[in-house]
Amino acid sequence: MRLKLVSSNTSINFLKFHRLAFIFSSLLVAASIGLFALIGLNLGIDFKGGILIEARDKTGPANIAGLRGDLEQLGLGDISLQGFGTETDVLIRIQRQDGDENAQIAAIQLIGKTLGSDFDIRRTEFVGPTVGAELAEKGMLAVVCALFAIMVYIWFRFEWQFSIAAILALTHDVLTTVGLFALTSFEFNLATVAAILTIAGYSINDTVVVFDRVRENLRRYKSYSIVDILNKSLNETLSRTVMTSVTTLLALGAIVIFGGAVLRDFAIAMIWGVLIGTYSSVFVAVGLLSRFDLKRNDDEDHGVEKPEYERS
Amino acid sequence: MLQFQLWKKLLVAAIASLGVVFALPNVIGDGIDKSFLPGKQINLGLDLQGGSHLLLRVDVDAVKRERLENLGEMIRRDFRTEKVRFSDLQVTEETVSLKVRDAEDTAKAKEILVELGNDYSVSSEGTTYRVAFTETGLTQMRTRTVEQSIEIIRRRLDPEGTKEPIIQRQGAERVLVQLPGVDDPEAVKRLLGRTAKLTFQLVDLRMSASEAIQRDRTPPGSILMESANADGRSYVIEKRVMVSGEMLDGATATFDQNNRPAVSFTLNAAGARRFGKVTGENIGRPFAIILDGKVVSAPTIQSQIFGSGQITGDFSVAETNELALVLRAGALPAPLIILEERSIGPGLGADSIAAGEIAALIGLILVAVYMVASYGFFGGLAVAALAVNIILIVAALSALQATLTLPGIAGIVLTMGMAVDANVLVFERIREEMSNGRSAIAAIDGGYQRAISTIVDSNLTTLFAALFLYIFGSGPIKGFAVTLGIGIATSMFTAVMVTRLFIVLWVERKRPSKFVL
Repeated sequence: MRLKLVSSNTSINFLKFHRLAFIFSSLLVAASIGLFALIGLNLGIDFKGGILIEARDKTGPANIAGLRGDLEQLGLGDISLQGFGTETDVLIRIQRQDGDENAQIAAIQLIGKTLGSDFDIRRTEFVGPTVGAELAEKGMLAVVCALFAIMVYIWFRFEWQFSIAAILALTHDVLTTVGLFALTSFEFNLATVAAILTIAGYSINDTVVVFDRVRENLRRYKSYSIVDILNKSLNETLSRTVMTSVTTLLALGAIVIFGGAVLRDFAIAMIWGVLIGTYSSVFVAVGLLSRFDLKRNDDEDHGVEKPEYERS
Repeated sequence: MLQFQLWKKLLVAAIASLGVVFALPNVIGDGIDKSFLPGKQINLGLDLQGGSHLLLRVDVDAVKRERLENLGEMIRRDFRTEKVRFSDLQVTEETVSLKVRDAEDTAKAKEILVELGNDYSVSSEGTTYRVAFTETGLTQMRTRTVEQSIEIIRRRLDPEGTKEPIIQRQGAERVLVQLPGVDDPEAVKRLLGRTAKLTFQLVDLRMSASEAIQRDRTPPGSILMESANADGRSYVIEKRVMVSGEMLDGATATFDQNNRPAVSFTLNAAGARRFGKVTGENIGRPFAIILDGKVVSAPTIQSQIFGSGQITGDFSVAETNELALVLRAGALPAPLIILEERSIGPGLGADSIAAGEIAALIGLILVAVYMVASYGFFGGLAVAALAVNIILIVAALSALQATLTLPGIAGIVLTMGMAVDANVLVFERIREEMSNGRSAIAAIDGGYQRAISTIVDSNLTTLFAALFLYIFGSGPIKGFAVTLGIGIATSMFTAVMVTRLFIVLWVERKRPSKFVL
């Protein structure tokens, strides 16, 4: 007996929903941009500059409230404390200090002194304002360049319509992921940029698999309407799409639960990415394709093979 | 397609065994001699093994200012000896400027200024002359300063040459320091936080410090300096340097006769001669020991001193140890500014590795169970191929000595989820072919043939994302990109070659006319 989440012979009319999906996706993207503009991102120290210290109370569960009181008296400005992973661990974030880099280093030393010998400082991160701005710039550049390279590659391998559809779907994924970060106030840091790029990679992977099938079916079923071909392609790849999503989600779930606090946000972002990436491949990318006038004349004749097993 | 030539089988076997050989050093316990193996263990990133990552900026502007100050003094002296009268000698951030008083001196003035060397350019406007660094002069000074700084940083952080720190120049004025296995990152910053410019200068007795402060001026050739200790005292110090840190031969932490921590030093031959001469001439006068522009102590010269002495002050034992170390290493040519710091304690690194290993193992089990449940025997083959895939990733990381970071572990776990994708594509195709009524072997054959272009296309696009992560990412993110990239390559190889080889071997043995997938 095989486990089958999706039957092999589905014939769902995905394209029927594509208008609905367009409205939904447009709203999602608009909401993401709106959230980004109104709430903004909870930028981590990677981009904003500032100090982050992870400390472990060696004596037992950390008294975060008491610690907050002590640290706020230091006059270092905005300080945020939160439990991290286990109850003995505390994550301390301090805003960028006025003055130059040396002022930041002095603040780190001051906090170390205040924490005293009961605490084991497990991690110190400090990013100066210059470097923060550079990292933000590099991150943006990485995402834009990756999207562009993917677009060119798809153009090269497929037709321009596929390339446009794929890049719009990808942009949709990236924007909504940013929106998710604005909505949830998850920290947006370098790891998030890596997650976004990986999401882009995963999503395009998914899209390409469907596109490949569309290209093949365009050659094979010349009598079919475009919508039928798209629907057929989606149905044929559906069980693979679900299968791969589930294996990836299983692996990511393992990271969320067992991978430790540092990786958790990263994995959560990725899970969102797998879901939105799968959705966008089916509804956004292929939905857009249905709006284009796809070229189907293929001068290679082998494409017209009449399969003996063709279901009528 | 189902004909798998012998050489291909051998190739797959060879690559897989190479993978095992290169992956082995990571599995064998520490006690066992692994010198017979060609590979090394995976290089763990600082976030996994603990350590400090520091991005420093060498404050070259400070050196520039200093050079211009000195240049100003040199010009003043040269003009005086050549009897060229001038006024308004000014040293700014970029230039030294002055006005020549008599018009007939301009030729001579120009000659003096041009002789200062190729590093400087001279421009004039009427009788006003400006000297500034040329572009090449500036670049050379910057390069020299940064390279000297790197050398001093290395000597300070790794005096025994055993810790294998990475110290690299980055861009024009930056230095990247990566120091594995540091317990106390604060100590590292203290070691780099001071230039450690040591000088011995005489205390000027013509005016007391309180008088100088009150009258807001010092006698010519002297300046006011604060004490480095908490006593709040100030001193009037002669600008002339008797002995400077370059003349040190050695420095060690010790205790003075009152059993207080101190640093004893020895001077080299030139330093000893100079120090002997000056102390001989100034018995009974105090001299100041000055570190980074502050007076550490100002003992009175009791007798002529030659080769060695002691520095005492408000020091703890730890401080004398650090001071001795930085004095031995030499002064930094310019102050260092910490632009970025990421320090991970060894405890956190070990926890991260443990958590990563558990996540990887559980992820693997979950994926394996799901694959077998979905595809039965073939799913099992795919899981076996996945195991080969992981061995190959570990082997590739070890062989390339790429750095494995915490996000990198996430990359490996993620690859496990995505690696089976290629197999899934093939299996789904085979299913389709079979449901279209093809024979077992034809279905497998067709499934592979049709899936391959999809596999290549989809993996290559993901590879682009990894490539840009690598180009633009830094530190742990780069590590993630590397594992992701390697994972894509190995998973393509295992899906296309290894799983297929398994299936081919199975088909050759069983010759199935029908099978369930």
